[in-house]
Amino acid sequence: MNNLLEVNSVSKKYGQFTALDNVSLKVPEGNIFGLLGPNGAGKTTLIRIINQITYPDTGTVTFNGTPLQPGHITQIGYLPEERGLYKSMKVGEQALYLAQLKGLSKKEAREKLKYWFDRLEIGGWWNKKIQELSKGMAQKIQFVVTVLHQPKLLIFDEPFSGFDPINANIIKDEILHLRDQGATVIFSTHRMESVEELCDDIALINKSKKILDGKLVDIKRQYRSNTFEVGLDTERKEELQQQLQERFTVSPAHFKSLADELKLRIQLQNGYSPNDLLEYLVSRSTVNHFVEVIPSVNDIFIQTVKDSDSHA
Amino acid sequence: MHKLPLIIKREYLAKVRNRSFIVMTILSPLLFVGMAALVFFLTKANNEEKKVMAILNESDFFQDQFRDDTSLSFVDFRGMPVEAAKDSAQHAAYYGLLYIPKGGDIEKVANSIELFCKESPGLGTLSSVENVIRNNVREVKLRNFGVPDEVLGELGKNYEISVENFTGEKKLRGINEIKAFIGGGFGYLIMMFIIIYGAFVMRSVIEEKTSRIIEVIISSVKPFQLMLGKIIGNSLAGITQFVIWIICGTILLFLLAGFLGVSVGELGGSRIPPEAADAMSGISGGMQEKAQLYLAELLKISWGILLVSFVIYFVLGYLIYSSIYAAIGAAVDNETDTQQFMFPVILPLMLAIYVGFFSVFNNPHGPIAVGFSLFPLTSPIVMLMRLPGGIGAGGVPVWQFVTSIVLLIATFLFIVWLAAKIYRVGILMYGKKPSYKEMYRWLKYS
Repeated sequence: MNNLLEVNSVSKKYGQFTALDNVSLKVPEGNIFGLLGPNGAGKTTLIRIINQITYPDTGTVTFNGTPLQPGHITQIGYLPEERGLYKSMKVGEQALYLAQLKGLSKKEAREKLKYWFDRLEIGGWWNKKIQELSKGMAQKIQFVVTVLHQPKLLIFDEPFSGFDPINANIIKDEILHLRDQGATVIFSTHRMESVEELCDDIALINKSKKILDGKLVDIKRQYRSNTFEVGLDTERKEELQQQLQERFTVSPAHFKSLADELKLRIQLQNGYSPNDLLEYLVSRSTVNHFVEVIPSVNDIFIQTVKDSDSHA
Repeated sequence: MHKLPLIIKREYLAKVRNRSFIVMTILSPLLFVGMAALVFFLTKANNEEKKVMAILNESDFFQDQFRDDTSLSFVDFRGMPVEAAKDSAQHAAYYGLLYIPKGGDIEKVANSIELFCKESPGLGTLSSVENVIRNNVREVKLRNFGVPDEVLGELGKNYEISVENFTGEKKLRGINEIKAFIGGGFGYLIMMFIIIYGAFVMRSVIEEKTSRIIEVIISSVKPFQLMLGKIIGNSLAGITQFVIWIICGTILLFLLAGFLGVSVGELGGSRIPPEAADAMSGISGGMQEKAQLYLAELLKISWGILLVSFVIYFVLGYLIYSSIYAAIGAAVDNETDTQQFMFPVILPLMLAIYVGFFSVFNNPHGPIAVGFSLFPLTSPIVMLMRLPGGIGAGGVPVWQFVTSIVLLIATFLFIVWLAAKIYRVGILMYGKKPSYKEMYRWLKYS
């Protein structure tokens, strides 16, 4: 699969402050790419560089194989985290204006707007002013304006903020739908559960440096710790726990279950396979629960950021 | 660049449709004409109040010398005792009682004349009474020296120096003031336009920042395009408003003038500075011939050059200042933060107007006038005050005119470049207390 966007060794300084330090990324075409990092890590600067709002001091960005140039902005849709609309302007007029700035003709823009307004069932808002709409409603307009010109690359910075769960879900489905139609999405958020749900690839930036990137499944595989959560029904809990502790690294586990059982988290070492563990357990108790602990993006995020901070 | 017209159109419409803009556009001519009418009425009412003054003359002098005029008339209290005369004057609500005591020597009498008044008398009234006394004393003394009546008559004559330049061309007195006043009018127009509509640009920038739409917009257009579109759109809105004001104001003035039965010139008269008014009263003095000379002189002003220069200075001056305003708007988060930056912007404009009215009017080609008409932040106003004198001999030297324009263009390019840099960084900065130091740092960002 070829990369729609490649960021090569990009650095950017604001005075003394280094916003990006030699960051490289590859965003595969047709994927949803999660751009993660703590506040102030440099995500917004990187996104602004991709949007040509600001320029890198060193390094290059290529879009679809060619160096980034002004013509590319019509192929990018950007929903910034700091977003808003002209409050005293009417919805329709405003959407037409923003669409025309992205290079659509007035006629095209009108047709596409009609499609989207019907699709999101907001047709009745055309003549309303933004200040008459609720925050969530305005966010919907903002979303439509971002995707209207059918950009190859969509950049969403915290797209779900300001939405109630129902509307957040609608927007999530729309993002997936756009991906299925061939759009590439860069998705920056602090909501890790939506990263789990949506992203194919991720990159993690901390203190202006990229500290992790790749396919989400690969990263998870890399971060698996051979740990299993088990629920064991047995008469002699203490004895069993002691025996286990002699062989494995054991810690208490917490999960919901119906029986009063021994709940443990067991990390395998010394070449033990999951089957070895299972055999061992089955011979000593009734195994009600046996599942591999998959590291969550949240865990990976926190762990990598902590590691990189302690190295620094 | 095809996006620029779109931006201009939006900025223009957003401004023109703004409710307060519409209200101001309609209300201002009404207010202006209303004020003019009010001032006119008040002045008239004030002058129409005729003062009556009682005179008690116990001397042999000044008989029948105090004659009624348009604002002051006299009542003779001949023969009354002083105290009784005071009482009656007070009861009759007269303006005052002029008491001329007995005496044989006119000078002594004149020195002991008293005016009893309820309130302290107006300077105008006082000086007209004093004039009568002075003239009479002079006349009586001269007559005592045996000066014949014809000579006395001749002494009252006024002499007027006729002014010519070295080539023998006649010059009219006051014409320089009139010309500077015309130029000053243009300069004043530029200043008002900059102050009113420059602030429009600033507010529009702040609005985009506070509504957080700015980042959406500049992901589609270059910040410079946005800034330029904003400046042009807002100034077009300003020009629209100005044109409406001029048309409405003129119509209203004529209507009002017709209604009141006075000439428009009379209404406008109160706004002309004293020197020019003197010159103008020379016209109404009945000297038809002289009026024509003034008119001819005014027509001789190179209006073509003046108007072209007005457009050049207007456009460049406005662009310089409105880019500064745009940069200020970008640097702050809300309008209250702008105040610390406003004063340095308005200062040169104010300076230009004051220097213009106090120095350039008197000496249009003196060193102060030359300096300020070359300095780019004041030249749009000050140079226009000098230009009605023409360019070349007798007027603004060509080198000064050219230097002024070149300096203005250079400054324009420099300021716009500077403002665009501050603007570009500033619009994306939130929550930073703006300072000059901070802005200087932004200039170094690439």
